[in-house]
Amino acid sequence: MAILCDKNTKLIVQGVGRMGRYHAGLSRDYGTQVVGGVAPGKGGTDLDGLPLFDTVREAVAATGADASVVFVPPPGAADAILEAADAGIALVVCITEGIPVLDMLRAKRALRGSRTRLLGPNCPGVVTPDQCRIGIMPAQITRPGTVGVVSRSGTLTYEAVDQLSRLGIGQSSCVGIGGDPVIGTSFVDALELFEADPETRAVILIGEIGGNAEETAAGFVKAKMTKPVVAFIAGQNSPPGKRLGHAGAIIAGGQGRASDKIAALEAAGVAVAPSPADLGETLAKRCPELTR
Amino acid sequence: MNVHEYQAKELLRGYGVPVPPGRLATTPAEAESAARGLDAKVVVVKAQVHAGGRGKAGGIKVAKSAAEAKRLASEILGMTLRSHQTGPAGKLVRKVWVEAGCEIERELYLGMVLDRAAEDLAIIASTEGGMEIEEVAARAPEKLQTVHIDPAVGLQPFHVRRVAFGLGLGADAVSKLQVFLGGLYRLFVEKDASLAEINPLVVTKSGDLLALDAKLNFDDNALFRHADVRELRDPDEEDAREREAHAHDLAYVGLEGDVGCLVNGAGLAMATLDMLRAAGGAPANFLDVGGGTSQERVATAFKLILEDPQVKAILVNIFGGIVRCDLVAEGVVAAARELGVRVPLVVRLQGTNAAEGRALLAGSGLDITPAETFREAAERAVAAARAHA
Repeated sequence: MAILCDKNTKLIVQGVGRMGRYHAGLSRDYGTQVVGGVAPGKGGTDLDGLPLFDTVREAVAATGADASVVFVPPPGAADAILEAADAGIALVVCITEGIPVLDMLRAKRALRGSRTRLLGPNCPGVVTPDQCRIGIMPAQITRPGTVGVVSRSGTLTYEAVDQLSRLGIGQSSCVGIGGDPVIGTSFVDALELFEADPETRAVILIGEIGGNAEETAAGFVKAKMTKPVVAFIAGQNSPPGKRLGHAGAIIAGGQGRASDKIAALEAAGVAVAPSPADLGETLAKRCPELTR
Repeated sequence: MNVHEYQAKELLRGYGVPVPPGRLATTPAEAESAARGLDAKVVVVKAQVHAGGRGKAGGIKVAKSAAEAKRLASEILGMTLRSHQTGPAGKLVRKVWVEAGCEIERELYLGMVLDRAAEDLAIIASTEGGMEIEEVAARAPEKLQTVHIDPAVGLQPFHVRRVAFGLGLGADAVSKLQVFLGGLYRLFVEKDASLAEINPLVVTKSGDLLALDAKLNFDDNALFRHADVRELRDPDEEDAREREAHAHDLAYVGLEGDVGCLVNGAGLAMATLDMLRAAGGAPANFLDVGGGTSQERVATAFKLILEDPQVKAILVNIFGGIVRCDLVAEGVVAAARELGVRVPLVVRLQGTNAAEGRALLAGSGLDITPAETFREAAERAVAAARAHA
């Protein structure tokens, strides 16, 4: 068991430019079932042995794909997400950074009530160790195990996974939810999935400044989680009013401060790592049984 | 992206939102002729900088004649305006907006924002016009009215009625507010705004609604489809280093400390600032070199960091996922050779091809301090900055 994807997941790639092609190859090398690509106008041809289709519907009909990864550039990315949803894809992972937020607002509204789950955009994707890699994560640093990792940041996910793996602690699934202001899968959604996953025994949550997703997550942990949660919030020393790399990482109108997020998480019983170098150690201390 | 008040008002006027007549001036003489051309009993001379709090800082003055407008403009133009939003350095005033005065009955607040938590657009209205909305939110939250708009169907007449009656405007004003809010909403969605603030929105003695001040922010991610909005960018209002970084697709934010940072990924870059603080140091900047890091980008990043005279040491913190550490190492070596790095350099490479990268650094003959872990890297950079100070 794991969350979002496993060895049975059948993945198609929307947007097979340089990035999409490269990562499709890496995912396939990792053992993921990459079954096709969508490239309008190139249907019927193939790319590195990957059959290409003009539309997502055709790709789904021919391959039985149930997951899609979107590398389409910003102007067409929301459209690509909606096309995947229209074709009934269960999991759409959008890697694209720089999508206009109003496009995402409308796309998110359109997904409401559909059977499609969106992960991202502006996210590194998801890896279930030794089973499936969707997106751009360096899967070689992961190892199978029982800790769920969920994060708004890519590189900080790698940092956490690396610290865990060095301590001999494996992961059930590693999920990047993305650094944009409007995203498909929230912290709460991911926590809910980890809570329900019998193989996950603890969760690491990596948040950052901006918005109030961490505060909402703290409320969920307090009310619903039985599994231990460890967290880190990046940006404790960030100036207000400045966007720090991610479109969503900004302290604005007195909202989104790291200190408020940490206070909310601690009040919910979450062990918050004092520094980003202590992510693995904090989990090991909280869940000593996992290091054995 | 921010724009000036006068640019926001010109955009609003184009969408049928009532704004007072006004003209732009860059010299006192221009201000005088602008005032004369407005044919108003009083005119207001308003400093045009990207910051709030202009009135208290002496950047907004009322003139009763064209000659007085000229005199006031000569005081305001060229002044360094310091408000709580400009920072201690202040902002040089290069332009003034000369606007016809109006007779004010009431001052209200009207804002439109993207509500991240609700994932919709929201109108925020308050009877406390002229005050900062954060202040109202803290002191008298009951005076704030938030009206959510479903992005799928857009602004509806009932939204307008709720705002109108909430502000105590009465039935007669509903149609006027419909024009006002309808224009503002269309502007917001058609031009991909991220924030609109009309503060104050005034009710004049004759019962008209008027946007007396206007602030608009636009979604940087949507500028690709709005050439007209892109043209409103004022380079004088932006930090020179942040602008150069932006031109090279790097995310850079200047800070107050002395350890320069070069990091891949926004989250790791934020965490690096935190780690430096935890190690007793102070970061000089936030810098995310991004995913597709090339030698040229690393060199540009180094140049930006070294242009900051405060920098006493540089920490390079790379977690190679997609980015290959050996390529970053090549970039670091090339940049250090080309630019002659004048401060100690601490480099931590982890992840993809980290061993190859470290070997490249060690064999370069350059004075580079390697570090293995995140903590070690931060501690060494802080110690190096102290020793170099």
